[in-house]
Amino acid sequence: MLTNRLIACFDIMHGRVTKAVQFQDNIDVAPAEELAKELYEAHIDELIFFDITASSEKRGIDIESVKSVAGCVFIPFTVGGGIKSLQDMYEVLKAGAEKISIDSMAVRNPQIIAEGAKAFGSQCIVLSTQVKRTANMPSGYEVFIDGARVATGMDAMEWIKRGEQLGAGEICLNSIDCDGTLAGYDLELMKKAETAVSVPLVASGGAGAPKHLEDLFTHTESQAAIISSMLYSPRISRNYSVSELKTYLLEKGIPMRPVGINQ
Amino acid sequence: MIRIIDYSAGNAPSVLHAMNRLGFETDFARSSQDLSDATHIVLPGVGSAKATMKSLDELGLLPALEHAVLEKKTPFLGICVGMQILFEHSEEEDTLCLGWLKGRVRKFDSEKVRVPQMGWNQVHFVKQVPPQTQDEYFYFVNSYAAEVGDTHDLWGSADYNGSFTAAVQRDNIYATQFHAEKSGEAGLALLRMFKELSC
Repeated sequence: MLTNRLIACFDIMHGRVTKAVQFQDNIDVAPAEELAKELYEAHIDELIFFDITASSEKRGIDIESVKSVAGCVFIPFTVGGGIKSLQDMYEVLKAGAEKISIDSMAVRNPQIIAEGAKAFGSQCIVLSTQVKRTANMPSGYEVFIDGARVATGMDAMEWIKRGEQLGAGEICLNSIDCDGTLAGYDLELMKKAETAVSVPLVASGGAGAPKHLEDLFTHTESQAAIISSMLYSPRISRNYSVSELKTYLLEKGIPMRPVGINQ
Repeated sequence: MIRIIDYSAGNAPSVLHAMNRLGFETDFARSSQDLSDATHIVLPGVGSAKATMKSLDELGLLPALEHAVLEKKTPFLGICVGMQILFEHSEEEDTLCLGWLKGRVRKFDSEKVRVPQMGWNQVHFVKQVPPQTQDEYFYFVNSYAAEVGDTHDLWGSADYNGSFTAAVQRDNIYATQFHAEKSGEAGLALLRMFKELSC
């Protein structure tokens, strides 16, 4: 049976992991490679690595960090941030990543989704999008870009449908309203997305307690959740280990890849 | 030396990382000459069956590959699309495949399940397997799955709206629908087992 995925998300600045609250005020946590290895050994299911400052500073991708992480973790590994061209995608895949996450770049140039899917396969292309609640859009959600700073005037559901048509193999929805609040995922957003598209969905923004994961996997079709603050943020009173989270979810009858089978 | 067939679109770098981690002498193969010193051959694969068949053809690799695997019996491991193209035909863009194994590749029913399947699924092996990998979870990304024509070829199965072929094996030919190189320690254990095979 296919299990649900816990995805650790790394915001990287100069090779170190940082944690942001509502896309601002980054604080330093640990070297990326060290934390990646630790989480791999703890049975995290997947990693996402955002070179967060790449887009706003107009820099390229930190390929050396991608290589060092890919050389020591043997689970799926997605890289996003600063991808501007097919050549950038190729470099990232060559460095050992499985998937490319595109966000603001895809809004500016939607064809890059189609070009990437054609060159490397849809399974490589994750359309990640930052969305915010608004009464001004038909779906009630608007797409934002550039670290949630810039409104696009695009309806979030229309955008992910288009992304799927262009060839995105997976869609990650990051709720700006919930990000960093530790109050739970935006379940209504995920319910809307699951009727809009048929590719796998990833929920992001808001996880602060095991119950939030249980709610997501029980009440929506999303089978993947991004967790970050609850794993390692020094700002919150209680961090959870991957093992604690999976044990909790398995006890609730939610299918997860268990920690430590056959070991 | 282990040779990983690299046709740019595949996930060859990830397989190389995993083999390096296991300490195995490994390099890419991009031409038929590169296969001449191969003790083991890995055909990784992502993307489509048609694109993979086309790349193998354009690189001129097919005669050397078939000689090594079918005549010299060099241990061979196909991964993901690298498994699907071993069968006779794939429904994906109506593609004629290698036909080393009997059977056809069909799409999952997207009315019933999300396609592609993406994530960790439990695999039950029916023959030779390292004990620590039996019933372990492996990472899958696939929209298509093979229906084996000869049940003796089935190596392992998993469930996604019904049972599907997770791995096949016949003589020196091994192949997994899942990404062994991205399936944590269980995947590394399978790669280690593959390395221990000899012609």
